[in-house]
Amino acid sequence: MAAGDPAETFRQEAQELIEQLEHSLLDLEQTPTDRDLVDSAFRALHTIKGSGAMFGFEAMAAFTHHVESAFDQVRKGKLQPSPSLVGLALEAQDIIRAMILEPDCDLADRQKTVLDQLAQLVGSAADAAGQEAKASAPASQPAQKQRWRITFSLARDAMVMGINALLLLDELRSLGHCTVTALTDAVPPLAEIDAESSYLRWDVVLTTDAPRSAIDDVFIFVQDDANLSITAIDLSTEGRLGEILVDRGEVPRRVVEEMVASRPPLGELLVEAGQVAPEAVKSALAEQKHLIRDQADSAKEAKAASSIRVPAERLDELMDRVGELVIVQARLKQQANSNGDPLIKAVAEEMERLTSELRDTTMSIRMVPIGSLFSRFRRLVHDLSRDLGKKVSLVTTGEETELDKTVIERLNDPLVHLIRNSIDHGVEGTAERLAAGKTGEGEVRLEAYHSGAQVVISVKDDGRGLDRVRIQAKAEENGLIPPGAKLPDDELFQMIFQPGFSTAKEVTNVSGRGVGMDVVKRGIESLRGTVDIGPRSGGGTEVTVRLPLTLAIIDGLLVRIGHGRYVIPLPTVEECVELSLADDARSSGRSFLNIRGELVPFIRLRDLFASPLPADPYQKVVIVSLGECRVGLVVDQVIGDHQTVIKSLSKLHSNIKAFSGATILGDGSVALILDIEHLIEWAQEQTDVAMLEAGE
Amino acid sequence: MEVLTLGLQGEIFALEADIVREILDLVPVTEVPNAPAFVGAVINVRGRVVPLCDLRLKFGMERSQSSRDTRIVVIEVLIDGEPTIVGLLVDKVYEVTEITADSMEAVPRIGLRWRPEFIRSVGKRGADFVIVLDIEQIFAPGPQSNDLTAA
Repeated sequence: MAAGDPAETFRQEAQELIEQLEHSLLDLEQTPTDRDLVDSAFRALHTIKGSGAMFGFEAMAAFTHHVESAFDQVRKGKLQPSPSLVGLALEAQDIIRAMILEPDCDLADRQKTVLDQLAQLVGSAADAAGQEAKASAPASQPAQKQRWRITFSLARDAMVMGINALLLLDELRSLGHCTVTALTDAVPPLAEIDAESSYLRWDVVLTTDAPRSAIDDVFIFVQDDANLSITAIDLSTEGRLGEILVDRGEVPRRVVEEMVASRPPLGELLVEAGQVAPEAVKSALAEQKHLIRDQADSAKEAKAASSIRVPAERLDELMDRVGELVIVQARLKQQANSNGDPLIKAVAEEMERLTSELRDTTMSIRMVPIGSLFSRFRRLVHDLSRDLGKKVSLVTTGEETELDKTVIERLNDPLVHLIRNSIDHGVEGTAERLAAGKTGEGEVRLEAYHSGAQVVISVKDDGRGLDRVRIQAKAEENGLIPPGAKLPDDELFQMIFQPGFSTAKEVTNVSGRGVGMDVVKRGIESLRGTVDIGPRSGGGTEVTVRLPLTLAIIDGLLVRIGHGRYVIPLPTVEECVELSLADDARSSGRSFLNIRGELVPFIRLRDLFASPLPADPYQKVVIVSLGECRVGLVVDQVIGDHQTVIKSLSKLHSNIKAFSGATILGDGSVALILDIEHLIEWAQEQTDVAMLEAGE
Repeated sequence: MEVLTLGLQGEIFALEADIVREILDLVPVTEVPNAPAFVGAVINVRGRVVPLCDLRLKFGMERSQSSRDTRIVVIEVLIDGEPTIVGLLVDKVYEVTEITADSMEAVPRIGLRWRPEFIRSVGKRGADFVIVLDIEQIFAPGPQSNDLTAA
């Protein structure tokens, strides 16, 4: 692992910065007037440039510099963030990304095109400004900030008078970066405290670009009663003495301030004394300012997200260990229960609680909000709508929905396919939309939400919807259904997920080659999810993807068949009923149950698994649901629920589809996890074979 | 070459010692319905679910009752280029021993009941022969039928 490689660290950080930049740019395209977005884009560019130069990406830094200059112009209000500028910036961002990730590739032509266009946009003035800024290296001057030390205490009865110190502090915080220290030396012992009296003093250091008057305004209503001092902290001198003197009331504040103002800064003194050259002082001052700004920035970052970076494989390792712990805990529980010692039992219960908490925490570490994925698609939609000449906007909801990180990573490609499909096939061109009485701009909605133990992600568009006739024709053409077959809508629409199926009239470079939807389906299924397509109420198409929350641990129902034990994923289980002797006896001809008036077919797992033991006298039926259909699985015994740590089966068993994995039980033996969908398919095949044999 | 010698129905076979991870007493075995008989079960090896292979079936021998001597030899083998942990069910484990290169002989064309590609070489150990298995060939993907003995 290249943990020690600074260039690698830079690459990772730059990735995030570039993402932030992209985000800001795309937002800026929507709301060009938002100054915060301009600032955010500028900051990202500035940091990429700065740290890039530090880690030896000079060419990239030089290129970024020009883009940064342009945004500096925007920041100063000299340039409008027009769509063409944003487009250009996005292009430039791609180049920056490429220059960082593949420093060897030759992008000179693309760079030149972007820079030429940029120069045209910015105009010669900016160009000159850019040159100038380049000459005096670390460019952009931060807005002139000043640090203030504010010490105040309220009158003892201030709270009774309705003054709230918290509001004052909040107001100060709104002015800039603010450090508040409460001085508690005047607080009397608890017994003597009058709850309504104010004993505290506050020492506030405020860094702000607001003028002194703004700070005075904060205290405008309390200054008569309050003991207040506001001092500018001079950056080049130690103003502490005056501060202390004022604090002690030895000298009026005014006098100290006048004294400070009349005293020349240290730099000037040194220059006067002939010790340093004026230029050297100037540059030292610039450096100092920069340092302070950097400190402030990093302090802000640390506060905004106190997070650490951990290699993903360590998380996987942690999950493995927790999985093993869960298994050991199950063994302990079993031992404790059979042993009967109440002390051991108590320990085992405590262990159970801790492991389940540890499990939840570990899982939550691996959870990532899906918003990180969604934000990537905004660029996709932006580019697609440009390439296809369709106006499309992307609306996302539920970005905060969390999913296992592995799932999120593997969800990217299927969702890209779905969004491409929606824009290419679903959303019509502007003219066609207007003719159909819709708004000119199409809309693709990306929604995510939790539904039980599943996460549902839907991709909806307000386009022309699914063409039943064409899908039917295509399915017949591909021999998927017999000609003239009458299928229910949902079954017909599922044909779209068949390999080689595409109803697009012509092949575009976006989609329509018929690879896509089957890849989507396979991708989702490999995540143990399902995908459905159907018309959206109110026109358009809706694709719904359902995914399990995690791939690592599931809740399962442990059952016994013969002497083998199996786990049925609990979310699929609807209910358990007893197989009545009458139903059992009758089922040689038909295998149906009557569940509250509904017909439910059942499968005897002991036959399917060729269990040699005789069946239990009272067999149970576990009713599982699979989308719309319900199937009963006949088992010998329902043992109970089981925290199932999923272990994958080796390559040697990968062709056995009826089992999605295995888990280790409390006694150390292995139980197989049923893959309900494939199990039922398999059972269906077996029945077909049996029927053929019977027919012969 | 260091090898682990083991017994399968009276014959002495050998594995290269460096692929052997551990040797276990018989543990509870979970059958996998519908799996090929050769890899018809899985076991728990230190929290991992590991396929259990019955070498006897690969060599056309009868499946025998397990005895006090039955052991599971856990090995790591490349299957399809992927390192995989596999348990081998054997009737008896003898020892780790050295077979010198000059005592090894090429696989004879005749006189063997088993498919020659599964056998790397035949070594001599005292008066006896030891059949050194080619484990990667045994697990090479291909038709997984039960009677892979030479016709």
